Amino acid sequence: MKTLTVKIKYFFLLCLVTVGIASVVWNCTSASAETAAIPDEIDYNFHIRPILSDRCFKCHGPDANTREANLRLDTPEGAFAALKDNPKAHAIVAGNPDMSAVFLRITSKDSTQLMPPVESNLKLTQHEIDLIEKWIKQGAKYKAHWAFIEPKKTNVPKADEDWVVNEIDNFVYDKMREKGLKPNEEAEKEQLLKRVSLDLTGLPPTVEMQERFLKDTSPDAYEKIVDELLKNKHYGEKMATYWLDVARYADSHGYQDDGLRTMWPWRDWVIHAYNENYPYSKFLSWQLAGDLLPNPDGSGKPSKEMLLATGFNRNHKITQEGGVIDEEYRVEYVTDRTNTFGKSFLSLTFECAKCHDHKYDPISQKDYYSTFAFFNQVPEKGLFGTIDASYADPPNMAITDADVKSLLKFINKKDTAKVMVMVMKDTTKVRTTYVLNRGNYDAHGDSVTFGLPKSILSYDTTRYGRGRLGLVKWLLDAKNPLTSRVYVNRIWAQFFGRGIVKTLGDFGMQGELPSHPQLLDWLAVDFREKGWNIRRLVKQIVMSATYRQSSTITDKHLKTDPDNIFLARASRIRLLAENVRDYVLSSSGIMNDEIGGPSIKPYQPKGLWEVATSGRGSLSRYVQDHESDLYRRGMYVFIKRTVPPPTMLIFDASNRDQCEVQRVRTNTPLQALVMMNDPQMIEGSRVLAENLTLEKGSIDEKLEKAFRMVLCRKPKEKEMEVIRQYFAHESGLLKKDPKRAEKLLNIGEYKHEPIKDKASAAALMQTIQLLYNMEEAIMRV
Amino acid sequence: MENEFFKNRLNITRRHFLSKSAVGLGSMALGSLLMPNLFTGEEENLAQLPLGLPHFAPKAKRIIYLFQNGAPSQLETFDYKPLLNKMAGEDLPESIRGTQRLTGMTANQTKFPLIGSYFGFKQYGQSGAWVSDMLPNMAKIVDELCIIKTMNTEAINHDPALTFIQTGAQVGNRPSMGAWMSYGLGSENKNLPAFCVLLSRGRGNGQGVYSKLWTNGFLDSTHQGVVFSSGEDPILYLKDSDGIDKDSRRRMLDKLAELNHLGFETSGDPEVQAKVQQYEMAYRMQTAVPELTDLSKEPDHIVKMYGPECLVPGTYAANVLLARKLSESGVRFVQLYHQGWDQHGNLPNEMPLQAEDVDRSSAALIMDLKQRGLLDETLVIWGGEFGRTNYCQGTFTKDNYGRDHHPRAYTIWMAGGGVKPGIVYGETDEFGYNVIKDPVHINDFHATVMHLMGLNHEQLTYKHLGRRYRLTDVAGKLVPGIIA
Repeated sequence: MKTLTVKIKYFFLLCLVTVGIASVVWNCTSASAETAAIPDEIDYNFHIRPILSDRCFKCHGPDANTREANLRLDTPEGAFAALKDNPKAHAIVAGNPDMSAVFLRITSKDSTQLMPPVESNLKLTQHEIDLIEKWIKQGAKYKAHWAFIEPKKTNVPKADEDWVVNEIDNFVYDKMREKGLKPNEEAEKEQLLKRVSLDLTGLPPTVEMQERFLKDTSPDAYEKIVDELLKNKHYGEKMATYWLDVARYADSHGYQDDGLRTMWPWRDWVIHAYNENYPYSKFLSWQLAGDLLPNPDGSGKPSKEMLLATGFNRNHKITQEGGVIDEEYRVEYVTDRTNTFGKSFLSLTFECAKCHDHKYDPISQKDYYSTFAFFNQVPEKGLFGTIDASYADPPNMAITDADVKSLLKFINKKDTAKVMVMVMKDTTKVRTTYVLNRGNYDAHGDSVTFGLPKSILSYDTTRYGRGRLGLVKWLLDAKNPLTSRVYVNRIWAQFFGRGIVKTLGDFGMQGELPSHPQLLDWLAVDFREKGWNIRRLVKQIVMSATYRQSSTITDKHLKTDPDNIFLARASRIRLLAENVRDYVLSSSGIMNDEIGGPSIKPYQPKGLWEVATSGRGSLSRYVQDHESDLYRRGMYVFIKRTVPPPTMLIFDASNRDQCEVQRVRTNTPLQALVMMNDPQMIEGSRVLAENLTLEKGSIDEKLEKAFRMVLCRKPKEKEMEVIRQYFAHESGLLKKDPKRAEKLLNIGEYKHEPIKDKASAAALMQTIQLLYNMEEAIMRV
Repeated sequence: MENEFFKNRLNITRRHFLSKSAVGLGSMALGSLLMPNLFTGEEENLAQLPLGLPHFAPKAKRIIYLFQNGAPSQLETFDYKPLLNKMAGEDLPESIRGTQRLTGMTANQTKFPLIGSYFGFKQYGQSGAWVSDMLPNMAKIVDELCIIKTMNTEAINHDPALTFIQTGAQVGNRPSMGAWMSYGLGSENKNLPAFCVLLSRGRGNGQGVYSKLWTNGFLDSTHQGVVFSSGEDPILYLKDSDGIDKDSRRRMLDKLAELNHLGFETSGDPEVQAKVQQYEMAYRMQTAVPELTDLSKEPDHIVKMYGPECLVPGTYAANVLLARKLSESGVRFVQLYHQGWDQHGNLPNEMPLQAEDVDRSSAALIMDLKQRGLLDETLVIWGGEFGRTNYCQGTFTKDNYGRDHHPRAYTIWMAGGGVKPGIVYGETDEFGYNVIKDPVHINDFHATVMHLMGLNHEQLTYKHLGRRYRLTDVAGKLVPGIIA
């Protein structure tokens, strides 16, 4: 083993010497302080399982069908048992690495003996080998996977009382101190206001709000703003945006010809639910089982609103391709619901257990189909009809004017025709569910009944009952280790740009470990104990000192915590695709702030739908909307799944093909092109320029006002200088070229103001566009 | 000022540094040193960037995929089956059909009357490959082609079949082939995306295309296929609006860099620098792309080769010519889709129109690349998502018939980039229904194409939600018989 270490070290030394650049790369990749030193005490969950799971469990884990040498390393019984082909030996001998086959094999010099096998393309680093060695020395203690143990509140750690606002800060401070970091100063007021306004409503603060907040020197000035924003009707929209990804909401069916569907009343309900601050327990149960729950009014039958909420489980894609096999697609829909359930509420990759037992997590194929059984009871067809046969395949509900006047006031229905929405229903006779061999729809294996993986929490039918109602009870059981943690973590990520568990969609063995496990557990328990109160949780987060820090990045931050895992500063986060659009429309004053209703079709480059269509169906041509519909928020932009709105995809929005809980954030030249050239982005600058031109005041005052509207802060003198110069230069050129000024102003359908000095207006418009393209503009800073 | 800004490398992040070095150095030896590190613990962050280097010496550097969307019939193009003409009208023997599941369109037919090609076939070239009379230009270049007659898939409907051949899975939001190539190999041209998509539509019965076919899936969206359109804006939002010219855009960008620099002084965020660079690349694209997509300056002999249609923007011929130009400029993967090959009925009338659209320019591409000395390093692929049945769908008449979807055997061809020229690979039975020798499954096709590009299909993985994904998922075998 020693020789091996030496060899590896020599190998890297060689790299460092021969190729300078490689040394930098190597240092960079290994410098992540987390892994540098071997800790005194090795913890199975934090240090060992991630290695074993990633490199060993595929062949020596939960899936019995592909288990090699009959050896499993994911349980202590398996690891300590006598080896099948050599009963005198053991995979792991607690306290004795040199007697442990595992250790001998991972350090073997013989490539036929080495584990993981060469052909697997998997390797262990020396650091990982050292960890395993020490763990075995210390007794090879196994622990249950952290996420499957019921969360408990631990004592809140001590912290700098001058800094702390609430418990979040105690936990965060404690970790920071461990890493030798100190919190940043509190953010300046303007930065804080922009941040909290964007985070809570997806919209920038107006100049009026900026003024008000700057002037308010009372100690609770910030809390007043927070409360104001939490009550703002746009709060529900911002919160719903994330949920629409989870629910894979779209305005078309999604396969092939991709016909229209009318699920938007369900989307209006989500906004409503957040604005009314429905507890997460109610939010979740109505969506999963609203059709089965008793009406709170005592009438027995579920209310129309409860039924509407179940649209969640019908947002999956539906085929309209002639000639498909009905059962193949019906099974596909049930599969989608099952996978969505696993990812949405449990952050587990259920889909991995569809064809075989899960390779990493304790979810057997039988577990998968037992869960599948809950969603397999819908009286539905795989193929209901070809293109435009239906905007809402049965089971469905009709929403009439009368409903909107009485029960469903939150639905923004634009005409008198009834709207059909797909909802959930169970067949009267339970449909038998089978394990599907290799996941094939027609390969029935054993029959199964309702159930869930017992590793999470055993599903006892006498306790929970059968069907989706039981599923809800199981999710909300105080003993369920995942429901609360998963949701709290997702909300946390909305405000910090990263979850306490970074992998928002995977709390399993292959997911990342929580950066602040005790904080996560404390919040999870607190959230449940306080009645699953979402708005309270959000307020708790945005009131914390942690949230209120400045986002300034220092060299020390870059060196010790470049990814801001330990939160010694606020993160700078590029806005969501939808909010990029909102930002420009709102700050320039042209946004239509209506809530809900049928999705709208804004400007879009010509031919995108037409070139991709077969020519069939009502969505084969793109018919742009006009007037106020052009200025609706990003979340209302029509999503045709096969050709999603281009600017949304360019800014990393989901294509709504399936449930997504985490968007990537990229920075590409195509985004720069959108910001510079999409008429929707330019039009706001034009209208704002025209309005400012008509206002009284000096050009400096106008430039400053524009800056405050667009960047949500006052400009610095150096910035003003650049902007002034630019404006002066451009307006000089435009005065000599009035035709060009005319051309510049001729953008968008928004009403023009009668302007005499078009050169100035056009130059101002150019300057405002410059401001919108600043890196800071579409950032939550 | 601007230069100073770019020189400021002290704060550069690991990610930016790596993306620069890994792509910029391009040395194979260094690559093999870097790769092991790229695949260790930190891969989640690192995997975001194009890895930039192949696993071993590639045979091809670039791919042009001429996708024939809707599934052209193999029995009227390359898989000559005279028995079907002899047995026309007779029922497909059950022993041949076996347990094949049928689509909803023919599953209820009581009879499956065989039907032979309406079009004649002849043998061509040294290889003696049979080619339909509908494809006279392709026939002339058969000695450059590697014709594979034994492609097969499980999917029997368009959406899943297309999704499968493009992304390696019938359902799910997996990255498409082009996205994997972009991720694995990066771009050869700083001013162009690594993965470009061109769409056209023929005159036959068509099936739509959808952005899932060129999606980045769970990869970074920089690997998403960029659709080039035939309108005035070849790339979305590329063109400046009216009143903005090159100079005024430059002035704006210079001031923008100044403002961003001031912002950087306050925030200290290295991402600010990255953003400035993205704007500069956008600016370079604004010049580079229109120059490239302008086909009006193509010399006469080129127009003659591709046919006059190549000057009509948005046609297949124009897209093929544009594909050559993009590829020549270093675009890693150019994906075309030509719709209209779904002949469930009226095949004898529709298919010649489709053939007319694609025959001349597809053949011209091969010759053009060859003349430029680029064929060796460019892999060209021609074909659809599955084949068509040897029996008639709907009413049977000898001169008007249709064919349903057939997954068990169909024909595609490849040329250039490391495949054997002038061969016909694999055999189907006399009925053209089953593979009897050398099957090539979609997964095998993917494995082989990746191999030609210097990538090991089992090694190019991306870890997403706990699992390492590959284009070939859990299957795929190389097809050595077609590799030169």
